[in-house]
Amino acid sequence: MTGESGAARLSAFDRGLLAGEEGEAPKLAMRILARMAEVRGAESMLDIEAAHIDSTIYVGDAGLEFAERLASLGARVRVPSTLNVSGLDEFHWQEWSVPPEWAEKSARQMRAYDSMGTIPTWTCAPYQGRQTPRFGQQIAWGESNAVAFANSVIGARTERYPDLLDICCAITGRAPAVGLHLDENRLATRVLRLRGVPEELAAADDFYPVLGHLLGPFAEDDPVAIAGLPVIPEEDQLKALGAAAASSGAVALFHIPGVTPEAPTLADALGGREPVAVFDVGLEELRAARRELTTHDEGALDMVVLGSPHFSFAEFGKLAALLRERGPERALPEEGGCELVVTTSRAVRDLAERAGLLEPLHAFGGRLMVDTCVLATPMTPGTTRRLMTNSAKYAWYSPGLLGSAVAFGSLAECVESARQGRVVREPGPWD
Amino acid sequence: MSDGSVRLHGQVVVAGNAVGAVLYATQPLSFWGGYDAASGRITDTHHSLAGETAAGTALVLPATRGSSTTTAVLLEAIRRETAPAALITRGVDAFLALACVVGQEMYGRSPVLICVCEDAFRSLADWPGVVVEEGTLTRRER
Repeated sequence: MTGESGAARLSAFDRGLLAGEEGEAPKLAMRILARMAEVRGAESMLDIEAAHIDSTIYVGDAGLEFAERLASLGARVRVPSTLNVSGLDEFHWQEWSVPPEWAEKSARQMRAYDSMGTIPTWTCAPYQGRQTPRFGQQIAWGESNAVAFANSVIGARTERYPDLLDICCAITGRAPAVGLHLDENRLATRVLRLRGVPEELAAADDFYPVLGHLLGPFAEDDPVAIAGLPVIPEEDQLKALGAAAASSGAVALFHIPGVTPEAPTLADALGGREPVAVFDVGLEELRAARRELTTHDEGALDMVVLGSPHFSFAEFGKLAALLRERGPERALPEEGGCELVVTTSRAVRDLAERAGLLEPLHAFGGRLMVDTCVLATPMTPGTTRRLMTNSAKYAWYSPGLLGSAVAFGSLAECVESARQGRVVREPGPWD
Repeated sequence: MSDGSVRLHGQVVVAGNAVGAVLYATQPLSFWGGYDAASGRITDTHHSLAGETAAGTALVLPATRGSSTTTAVLLEAIRRETAPAALITRGVDAFLALACVVGQEMYGRSPVLICVCEDAFRSLADWPGVVVEEGTLTRRER
């Protein structure tokens, strides 16, 4: 399957890299990319302007060996490249029960990617930092939630880049010209139509993870439009929607008429064509999806965890207000209460600190984790049995990755549950 | 068909030969949070194959879903020799293909990856086992 037919799609620059003219690392990266271009049936390769590298996450020696092979070959990125979460909170891991061998290997993987001239953002929400891409820009992003956000909310153009390929794109500045890089593949082919959703519910922060959870299996990996939303969602709500849909499914692009940039109207989102499938969603489907995100709905908790994707500055503002409003009285972990953990990036933590938004969290005895998340680092191996979260992504992956039971709830329910050390439900727009 | 064998044909994405029991699912799978590279077991609690050992089998899936880290987990399984012997998907799955391509670069081995059409995919549902020789899939009774 290699040879002449594969060479035709490569430019003179690509063939130069493949011949080793720029060194061994670009040669290896282009060899993998050229093979993937062939697998995808790409007619050509295109230039990218930025990359986001998900390969940073440590899941075993293979990923580390790949990173160190590239680093030892002198790999340097050709475009601005942000880094996703790693397997370690680099300077605070000793505060948790992370095994030293894991820490040592995760840190080596961080150093390998750091050595390539990347931007050490260590976050799964790179679109809420300074390196946000622009509308129409060709980029190669890894991290499923970041791909959904970049395509849908910003209108940048990226395929879903898997670990190991994102860094090959960054090192070469090239990507196969396929899929969502091309305008003709960005039109919605399916429509999720909301029916009778009250404004109050559509404005709630826990509506979007539930909507995304439903969207994933329906959309499969096709661009999808969401019609009938009675409000304009906030940025963090769109972030939660994408993260949920990219967990329960493979959603890389959603359009919301009047909200997202490629969909002034539903007809624009569809390019004037009829959708191949329409999914009518009302309160009944939404309530069922919300129940599906919870595997245990009463009793004691070991941990309340917020911040997948990484908590934003605005989310810290909401958390601080809730903690202030409800006061610092709580069941302490040693008295049968539970931990409150927030995962975020170093940059957002520092901004929140300067703005005084972390004081209520510190007063409460809550803990921060940066660079990584509770799914990507073994912070409390085997002891987090009962977890509560406002994130559909945490709710989706925790049973498989941590072996824990999960309760999904709103931010307010999470805060109240953290205070009482048990799952607390509050009256709200779901009732 | 003259020997009475039941055969299907698919597109070779990553070449090779393999023999294995068929593990069949109509749901996509994320290997991150869904496949334990230490044991070769499927751990996604949302998935119909949860608890099954996929190491050495012919794993038949429509596609992958979710996490970008699926590739790193499959590469780790290739390193540990806990990967499936064959992966059969409905349409080309670029995540699985990439892990196989990098597996060959790094460790000189990878599962065979075959993509089949919708009809062939459906008929694999009741196959106990399969012999994969290039693009030809032959039904095998275990």
